[in-house]
Amino acid sequence: MGIEQKLGNLGVVTYRLEDVVNWGRTNAMWPLLFGLACCAIEMMSTQAAHYDASRFGMELNRPSPRQSDLMIVAGRVSRKMAPVVRRLYDQMPYPKWVIAMGDCASCGGIFNNYAIVQGVDEIIPVDVYVAGCPPRPEALIDGIMTLHEKVRGEKLADWA
Amino acid sequence: MKLDELVLNKIKAAFPEAVEESSEFRGEPTIVVRKDRLKAVCLLLRDDPGLRYNYLSDIVADDYLPDYPRFVVNYHLLSIANKHRLRLRTWVEDPDEGPETMADVWPIATWLEMEVWDLMGVRFTGNGSLRRLFLPEDWQGHPLRKNYPLGYEEVQFSFNWQEIDAKKPYAKD
Repeated sequence: MGIEQKLGNLGVVTYRLEDVVNWGRTNAMWPLLFGLACCAIEMMSTQAAHYDASRFGMELNRPSPRQSDLMIVAGRVSRKMAPVVRRLYDQMPYPKWVIAMGDCASCGGIFNNYAIVQGVDEIIPVDVYVAGCPPRPEALIDGIMTLHEKVRGEKLADWA
Repeated sequence: MKLDELVLNKIKAAFPEAVEESSEFRGEPTIVVRKDRLKAVCLLLRDDPGLRYNYLSDIVADDYLPDYPRFVVNYHLLSIANKHRLRLRTWVEDPDEGPETMADVWPIATWLEMEVWDLMGVRFTGNGSLRRLFLPEDWQGHPLRKNYPLGYEEVQFSFNWQEIDAKKPYAKD
């Protein structure tokens, strides 16, 4: 990488700023504590000891949207809850990402009726959709890793 | 089984014209009561020392749309001391003049009637707080009625993906 190849072991590493910033963003992405329905159980078990989400940097789930940068919408969103979801999303500071976890958050799931929003992307822009009813913790971790790859490919100008 | 007959006999003895019919299905007794006598029957069921139906489990309304009268309100009662469950039904012709509120008999009835009004539209006279509980405050209509549309969205398969996608509301940040 960079000048170490030419000048040997100087104790210096050179890197692109974008890569460092994205590395920092992926390795310490704090999710918002936002479990709505049954998918929340699988999200909890992802966070727990067996399928540890802390090894991805998601050590803390912040209850406050002001302090989090990832919103995992886990569960069905009813029409009554929709303005609340939008308000929480607006209260998150940039940079922020959204994972739609499960079928109900992605497309309405099995609830194709008047009361459930047919996919949370009608309300907030979603980065990664994780399918499953509920998705297994491994599936959610796969979604998180996909999001990390997406973040590593981002440019600084995206969030500037 | 003895309690079923005991209940029916006590109600008939106190209010002979109140009981319209009674039936029993697999251990669940049901008594159909006239709407104007309902409050008196409920007070009797709660206060009588042999019956003591002190727990109102649920208030449920039915919609028999092509038929008249259209609505039925069911009261599911439980006597904790006697371990006996009972269902009272009343026919309601006009949903804006439903049964009297049971809030002074069992206080939880305020909330159960609020739920019935929210989803079915049956008003309970005397219940001052009939407002939206499950649905958003500005929702129009009562979804559990038979003439309320299902509100489903057409399923996106691969052959109609583009057409439905064009009409779907997506959030733009």
